[in-house]
Amino acid sequence: MPQVTLTVNGKRHTVEVEGRTLLVELLREKLGLTGTHVGCDTSQCGACVVHVNGDSVKSCTMLALQADGASVTTIEGLAKPDGTLHPMQEMFREHHALQCGFCTPGMVMSAIDLVNKHPEGLTEAQIREGLEGNLCRCTGYHNIVKAVAAAWPLMHGKTMPAAAE
Amino acid sequence: MGFEGIGAAVKRKEDARFLAGRGNYVDDINRPGQVYAYIKRSDRPHARLKGIDTRKAAAAPGVLAVYTGADLAADGVGGLPCGWQIHNKDGSPMAEPPHPVLAVGKVRHVGDPIAVVIAETKQQAKDAAELLEIDYEDLPGVAASTDAIKPSAPLVHDDVPGNICYDWHIGDKAAVDAAFARAKHVVKLELTNNRLVPNAMEPRAAIGECDVTGNYTLYTTSQNPHVIRLLMGAFVLHIPEHQLRVIAPDVGGGFGSKIYHYAEEAIVTWAAGKLRRPVKWTAERSESFISDAQGRDHVTTAEMALDEQGNFLALRVSTLANMGAYLSTFATSIPTYLYATLLAGVYKTPAIYAEVKAVFTNTVPVDAYRGAGRPEAAYLLERLVDVIAHDLGFDRIELRRKNFIPPDAFPYQTPVALQYDSGNYQVTFEKALQAADFAGFEERRRQARARGKLRGIGVSTYLEACGIAPSAVAGALGARAGLYEVANVRVNPTGDVTVFTGAHSHGQGHETTFAQVVAERLGISIAQVDVVHGDTGRIPFGMGTYGSRSLAVGGSAIVKALDKIIAKGKRIAAHLLEASVDDIEFKDGKFTVAGTDKSKTFAEIALTAYVPHNYPIEELEPGLEETAFYDPKNFTFPGGCHVCEVEIDIETGTPKVVNFVAVDDIGRVINPMIVEGQVHGGVAQGIGQALLEHAVYDSQGQLLSGSYMDYVMPRADNLPSIHVGTESTLCTHNPLGVKGVGEVGAIGSPPAVINAIVDALRDYGVRHIDMPATAEKIWSIIQAHQPRMAAE
Repeated sequence: MPQVTLTVNGKRHTVEVEGRTLLVELLREKLGLTGTHVGCDTSQCGACVVHVNGDSVKSCTMLALQADGASVTTIEGLAKPDGTLHPMQEMFREHHALQCGFCTPGMVMSAIDLVNKHPEGLTEAQIREGLEGNLCRCTGYHNIVKAVAAAWPLMHGKTMPAAAE
Repeated sequence: MGFEGIGAAVKRKEDARFLAGRGNYVDDINRPGQVYAYIKRSDRPHARLKGIDTRKAAAAPGVLAVYTGADLAADGVGGLPCGWQIHNKDGSPMAEPPHPVLAVGKVRHVGDPIAVVIAETKQQAKDAAELLEIDYEDLPGVAASTDAIKPSAPLVHDDVPGNICYDWHIGDKAAVDAAFARAKHVVKLELTNNRLVPNAMEPRAAIGECDVTGNYTLYTTSQNPHVIRLLMGAFVLHIPEHQLRVIAPDVGGGFGSKIYHYAEEAIVTWAAGKLRRPVKWTAERSESFISDAQGRDHVTTAEMALDEQGNFLALRVSTLANMGAYLSTFATSIPTYLYATLLAGVYKTPAIYAEVKAVFTNTVPVDAYRGAGRPEAAYLLERLVDVIAHDLGFDRIELRRKNFIPPDAFPYQTPVALQYDSGNYQVTFEKALQAADFAGFEERRRQARARGKLRGIGVSTYLEACGIAPSAVAGALGARAGLYEVANVRVNPTGDVTVFTGAHSHGQGHETTFAQVVAERLGISIAQVDVVHGDTGRIPFGMGTYGSRSLAVGGSAIVKALDKIIAKGKRIAAHLLEASVDDIEFKDGKFTVAGTDKSKTFAEIALTAYVPHNYPIEELEPGLEETAFYDPKNFTFPGGCHVCEVEIDIETGTPKVVNFVAVDDIGRVINPMIVEGQVHGGVAQGIGQALLEHAVYDSQGQLLSGSYMDYVMPRADNLPSIHVGTESTLCTHNPLGVKGVGEVGAIGSPPAVINAIVDALRDYGVRHIDMPATAEKIWSIIQAHQPRMAAE
């Protein structure tokens, strides 16, 4: 069986996988990182979003072998070793942006990438459009949108530019 | 600590694990020696099973076993039971055909399970299932309830004539007929309530396990693990309840779809017993679309009789309810006691008669989905009121005001069995209209028109019955279960508390809300309260979470248990403080002798109970742990008003909700943050039903919208921000005064959206538009009327 070597949450792993094994299967079943979820089979729901080399990726849509040499961050890798949450996680908690918690890991990973890639600021409409690849059935997105807007200043260390608000 | 008790918007205790990716959902669990089940399902809506050749599959690499319906039948495995028996108009019981765990003889819907392949790995099981050779003889199928009742329709179950499960009615037909005979006006509306797929984001999953002594454990995605233990143990697998433990750990959304006992739970548990290996099954989303019970699917004719001034005189309703191919656990109760009994709504209509035919079709079974019957009733009523206003020229706001049940009429007996204990529909109505600036709408309509948009505003009121349910009432109506709830409150020696509740949280935040109730009563912090749910091995027999019952019924059980704890604590305190028990007061976490400064803290009393050195041991048992079962005295009756504003793009017909206001009377609010979140989510599902979602079948029963590519789930950019207001009249018959909030959003919102769409299209001759009001439907209406408008 082919091997893949990758770094996940800062730790290097070499794993044997089938050619058809998906990245999400490697994370959940080989590495036991069950925080990344599978909510569909058509790359629509976004519950499986992780960061691959800093970009958000639906890990159900990438073969494990394609991640050879990559650096992957999952929801388990966001908080600091002392447990301090990433600002996005903290704002999700603060604004009640999760209910059942199942879409949450993918939503948080997508939201972080969205904020990272918009240093110029984000409007509500941009946040909504930016998260349209992630389904949530519980929250109606209302509080997720609030949480992402609240995380922007914390992640960029400045207030959101007025034009974007 | 800040204020954490009743009314505080404290942050949720459960979030810490969910945000860190440390939730524990069924698919996250792996048992030593575990093998995997893959379920082969019918891809035909209706076919005779002439043969299943399992030989190649059984010989495939890694395969341990292949089982079919014949194997289960040979082992005496029973069918999946229905939990509610409805009686026909003539008093005879409903048709209740067998619901085999794996199909026997025929398949009756796409997704009907035929065989299970069990292998060392998931991929091996799936690969081997490809080698199953199934010899189908296709039969004509039927998907629509309106087709299924035609004399020429194929029979889904050979022994159920006309595909009729039951033909039921409620209300005073003679009084309604008489009122129609003398009415000045009669307005009639035909409408459908579109079939929906619940789509909790966590697909269903189950792991069955059997140890060497024959003790079984089932891990399952369930809203009510005790109910699953009872149904599966007693009726399907005949496992004694003391040898069957059902664990529902973190559950990723339910919305009703995880109430029912499903075939897969029985399959993995039975197979685990046969193979003596843990057997795991996890649904793929495509399987969820064809195996999770779906929602709604009503076709209804409604007529209102009115006098000259617009007073409602009588309502007559006839509904066809699609049951799908088999009776899901609570399917039969939804279009009867959770629908027709709600047809008074918030109105003082003096006479109501409803008849409901439930019909079998070659589609996925239908059961409760968020709101369950009550959204169908609210949609019917609020569309009908707008159509009455349209047809007869009444103002839709005044028409509602005129017909509301007045605030001084409570308790109010409706003509369809329910007695409302409290409510004030005028207050929620006026508050919502004000919050939505209804008065200023016409100016916004004009401005929108200048931008090439058609803007409309829609109003709906609703009434729901939840806090399900008084057991004696439910039993008299055909329920085969009690509907109380249980709580066990265990005070630990150092004064912190573990609460074992029969309710189950699948997103509602019980670990926080229930802790707030306990913290308030005992004067401790929520950090000192641990809420345990979802494990029949740890919790007394409870009934679970559905029908917005957790706080109204489960919370009341907790309060009852806490009352017992406090009463016992007072007796311990009286002993320690050398006072009469009648003189002991309990407040802010302290037992005090009234009028003195002599007191003991709650923690001191707890320690004394477990270290009873100085204790009234002759008259009082040690320990501080109490159990209470609470059976509700009545349903609870949340009500309210939703106002929706839409804009339609004239060129494309695309509708967009631009403003949404919900003002709900849900009784006492324990955690306003969680309450708002529940309303947001419910409204999103309601907007989804009104504009986007539709489980579409072809005429034979093939599901055409079987994935997220075809079934339109609401996404962040489909939805607006939602303004939520609450206005409380307290429930009069439970100790917390709570009514329930889980479903109100999904009940009030669909008619508000459609009323807004129809209002936006008022110049296009539209009287009614069926859900979902898609861009295509709206565009066609606009196109059809363009030439006429141009000519005028």
